[in-house]
Amino acid sequence: MKARVSITYKRGILDPQGQAVLHALGSLGYTGVKEVRVGKLIELDLATHDRPGAEAEVKAMCERLLANTIIEEYRFELIE
Amino acid sequence: MTTPLRVGIIVFPGSNCDRDCFHALTEVLGASAEFVWHKTDRLPPLDAVILPGGFSYGDYLRTGAIARFSPVMAAVARFAGDGGLVLGICNGFQILLEAGLLPGAMLRNRFLSFICRDTHVRVENPATPFTGRCRPGQVLTLPIAHAEGNYYCDPATLASLKAGNRVVFRYCMSEGDVTPEANPNGSLDNIAGIANEAGNVLGMMPHPERSAETLLGNEDGKLILLSMLDALRGKQRAVAIS
Repeated sequence: MKARVSITYKRGILDPQGQAVLHALGSLGYTGVKEVRVGKLIELDLATHDRPGAEAEVKAMCERLLANTIIEEYRFELIE
Repeated sequence: MTTPLRVGIIVFPGSNCDRDCFHALTEVLGASAEFVWHKTDRLPPLDAVILPGGFSYGDYLRTGAIARFSPVMAAVARFAGDGGLVLGICNGFQILLEAGLLPGAMLRNRFLSFICRDTHVRVENPATPFTGRCRPGQVLTLPIAHAEGNYYCDPATLASLKAGNRVVFRYCMSEGDVTPEANPNGSLDNIAGIANEAGNVLGMMPHPERSAETLLGNEDGKLILLSMLDALRGKQRAVAIS
């Protein structure tokens, strides 16, 4: 089973990379973009096939290490 | 008789200011210092601990995020819990934040660039063990060198930092005015350094060890290291009397 974790800065926290990309897109003429948020994608290859167990474990991994929940939010999906 | 003060400098893979700290403490200030490898889960007998600057674990994931799980960090947390002085400089500050020994987190610098230059910081609290040699409001010139020094915390945390006089340094103009233009990285409230509630743990982005001797053009940083050594000698005396 694989887990795909995505992490971005929380809403309301200035994302300087997102801002830079937004301006770059604007200068290329893509003026319809209202906001850009740049984050991280982390793929985990898990040994287990137990979905509820994996869900709890990946959540714990996010809380303890993968995300800093003071500034970041995370979400993940489990893929068989 | 006083015994020589022993300062431990924690070395992570990717630390690069460890030797600068060692040099400033020993050659410049005459203290005794030793390196402590991050794999150690027990500290040798020490009077203070410095978490030096650098790029521990290549700054992978987030600055300080992996270093905080090094075996030595549990020992550093116990040392701090027992009242030992812990000074985190630059990456050391980032590690203290990730470890939860100080509140808040670091964001990328506002304009994304790595900034390496002198800044002015105002001493907001001269009553900490790290600032005893400074005057209230004294302006120090100290160098910064970081890409993630944009300090952030939630409003409640900021209020408690302020209420407890725990914002120790703020970026300021050369005359001491704390203004948005004096802020190099977008740091909340111009924060350059904060202390924990008990005052024995300090995190700061500027580098006192790189500015501790006239040979390097600046010795303002010496005040911070000397203050720390003063505080340790005071502690030694208190133990000797009791």
